[in-house]
Amino acid sequence: MAEQILQIKGISKEFSKVRVLNNIRVNIERGEIFGIIGENGAGKSTLIKIISGIYVPTEGELFFEDKRITEFNPQTAREFGISLIPQEFNLINELNVFENIFLGKEYQKSILLDKKKMIKKAEDLLSMLHTDIKPTDKIQNLSVAKKQMIEIAKALAYESKLLIMDEPTTVLTGSEIELLFKLMNRLKEKGVTIIYISHKLNEVREICDRVMVLRDGEQIEIEDTQRMDEHKMATSMVGRELSQIFPEKNQPAQETVLKVENLSVRGLLEDISFDLKKGEILGFAGLVGAGRTELAETLIGIRKKQSGKISIHGKEVHIKNPSDAVKHNIAYLSEDRQGTGIITSFDMTGNITLNSLRDYCKILINHKREKETTKKYVDNFNIKAASLKTKLEFFSGGNQQKVSLAKSLDTRPEIFIVDEPTRGIDVNAKREIYHFLKQLASTGIACIFISSELEEILGMCTRVVVMREGNITGILDENEMTEKEIMLYATGLKGVA
Amino acid sequence: MKISKIFKGFSADKWGPLLALAILFVISAFASPYFLKTRNLLNILRQVSYTGIIGLGMTFVIITGGIDLSVGSMTALVGGISILVLNALGGGAWAIFAAILAAIAIGAAFGAANGLVITKGKVAPFIVTLGTMAIFRSLTLYISGAGEFRSQSNLFPQLGMGYFLGIPIPVWIFIGLAVLFWLILNHTKYGRYMCAIGSNERVAKYAAIKIDKIRFFAYVIVGITVAVTAVLLSSRLNSISSSNAGQNYELDAIAAVIIGGTAMSGGSGSIIGTVIGAIILGIVNNMLNMLGVSPYLQGTVKGLVIIGAVLIQRKNNK
Repeated sequence: MAEQILQIKGISKEFSKVRVLNNIRVNIERGEIFGIIGENGAGKSTLIKIISGIYVPTEGELFFEDKRITEFNPQTAREFGISLIPQEFNLINELNVFENIFLGKEYQKSILLDKKKMIKKAEDLLSMLHTDIKPTDKIQNLSVAKKQMIEIAKALAYESKLLIMDEPTTVLTGSEIELLFKLMNRLKEKGVTIIYISHKLNEVREICDRVMVLRDGEQIEIEDTQRMDEHKMATSMVGRELSQIFPEKNQPAQETVLKVENLSVRGLLEDISFDLKKGEILGFAGLVGAGRTELAETLIGIRKKQSGKISIHGKEVHIKNPSDAVKHNIAYLSEDRQGTGIITSFDMTGNITLNSLRDYCKILINHKREKETTKKYVDNFNIKAASLKTKLEFFSGGNQQKVSLAKSLDTRPEIFIVDEPTRGIDVNAKREIYHFLKQLASTGIACIFISSELEEILGMCTRVVVMREGNITGILDENEMTEKEIMLYATGLKGVA
Repeated sequence: MKISKIFKGFSADKWGPLLALAILFVISAFASPYFLKTRNLLNILRQVSYTGIIGLGMTFVIITGGIDLSVGSMTALVGGISILVLNALGGGAWAIFAAILAAIAIGAAFGAANGLVITKGKVAPFIVTLGTMAIFRSLTLYISGAGEFRSQSNLFPQLGMGYFLGIPIPVWIFIGLAVLFWLILNHTKYGRYMCAIGSNERVAKYAAIKIDKIRFFAYVIVGITVAVTAVLLSSRLNSISSSNAGQNYELDAIAAVIIGGTAMSGGSGSIIGTVIGAIILGIVNNMLNMLGVSPYLQGTVKGLVIIGAVLIQRKNNK
């Protein structure tokens, strides 16, 4: 039997008397990649926060290399050799790579910094990661994937024996994910243990040796990934058979609602033309950086178009700012939930009526009507909240997304642009969102559905527009839509503009 | 255990300032026999009205994530100009009315100037209002030849000195404006939008909120509150000293807002908190006077109160 690096013995955690984690028992072996899956609110984050010393457990013990961890703070965890690669990176943009890697543990020659030694050490670390990043590169010039590399290099600089990765692939493109997995396997060969948390079950299956399923703070099962498939994992997470994830597709009407002709935005979009029908869910596929979000932002007036024509119901419209978009009944569900979608320090009502507040006012806001609206959405969307007054920062990702959806819909749009609507949320919430969208489409709302998950584009859309580097490379009908075909257009192997 | 439980249900953000005020009130009542005298209490209220009124406008600016350092010098300049208008028109009732209107128009215009450079010029509020702070004071000194603006009206002082139902007129105006500002902040679109912008400007932009317009008006509004204070102050003294009037008003106004629990980072705030914050500062000053503490040390105490208030809020938010 392999050596155990981390023993979790009956760990429980309570927040103000509410038990969010109950009696977790697992031994993690040196050099394995251990997956943790579960719906939002299942306790994954709480567990890794305990392991990385951010939270103190209410009950139970942790042993790292047979030594009991008695002090819970990030410094102690780091000294033990435990590092967390967070979802939101802790890098200082203004500093360069080696300064970030050695932040807080700089090498010194008497009182001066020993830059040479740090650059040399950083080079060693980076070459171990097989990347072309230079120690003197500025962080702000690096791509998201490279920033993640720096976080990993930082952890290795501390000689970490246990890396905890929290949803590392949500921000990466397909080829970047492949690189990350290669790197994880190399680290594994070197004896580094990795705890891997993800919503993407296919990835968990691909990379992890074992997987633990959490549900409502309980440890449901631990299984070799070889003996699990995605369906089994999903069922175990939800605790019941998932009824069909995707609803039946809605057949769009003939009537064209939105027509975009030769739209260009300097440096971002080139000669974009497509039309959108009433009741249609039109997919937009492409790699990260293909210009899909930029297109959406142009349609709602955040970005200035350079040329081209946008018509709604055959009449040309000029959308210069988000207010114009609202006037023309266009709503946008942002991909960046916390950055541009919701205000986390507001409660549900404040968020839901943010775009539509003028409908609730004469001079004063009609708080009663606002509250009724909120209740309506809570019921319709099955939003789970402690109370109506709870701030959004205490909501799970899936529930935040539902509030964001409610906010966009409360303007009663005719054209609804959803951008990565299911990113970072669990299977159950995903399923619910698919069904809402279908429901909207069947009432005649025209949807633009931007997604990087081909599976959901195939499951939801009757037509898909594929973009690459600011161009449309193909528009595929339902009978031409396959995962392979879309990828060929998305990577530029087919239909070069 | 039990006590900690009681305090758990007790939100420090909301009730902290009121609790502090209550404690301070009780201590003061024991410390000096004169404190509870009606005349003293009314005096405190009158005293805090001037910077308290500016604090109301300042609350809005701070909620949007901004700051206005120019309010003190603006008070002197607006007050000075309103006295010039008053004298030019003869000092009668109509002249007073015209002087008030002029003050409000000028205050709004100065606020608009700040707001315009901040929103259209995209210069940090701290820098812009630091600049206009110097400009307003210098203009006041220049116009008056570094002396005093002296009103020739006999009627004017009645406004600042007068009482209505036994309560000084400035206090009534303070209360009235506080109710109005509370209403705007909590029950209008404008108030909600200010909080949205202060919390997350990008979300607000995507939500089709006209960010520049909302922020611009916050500075116009604080300019108007400055004008109200300027009129009340100049009518109480029947003059405005170009070097001393409005001195440190920015400090007191910002302090009242902060002590009242409004976060410097913006996004949320409380008008009731600001009123309480202003009164706390007033009582502290009053007690220091009564206990015979050197006036030179009063700034030290004020500074400690501000820093202490923020420290307590920080701790509670953890």
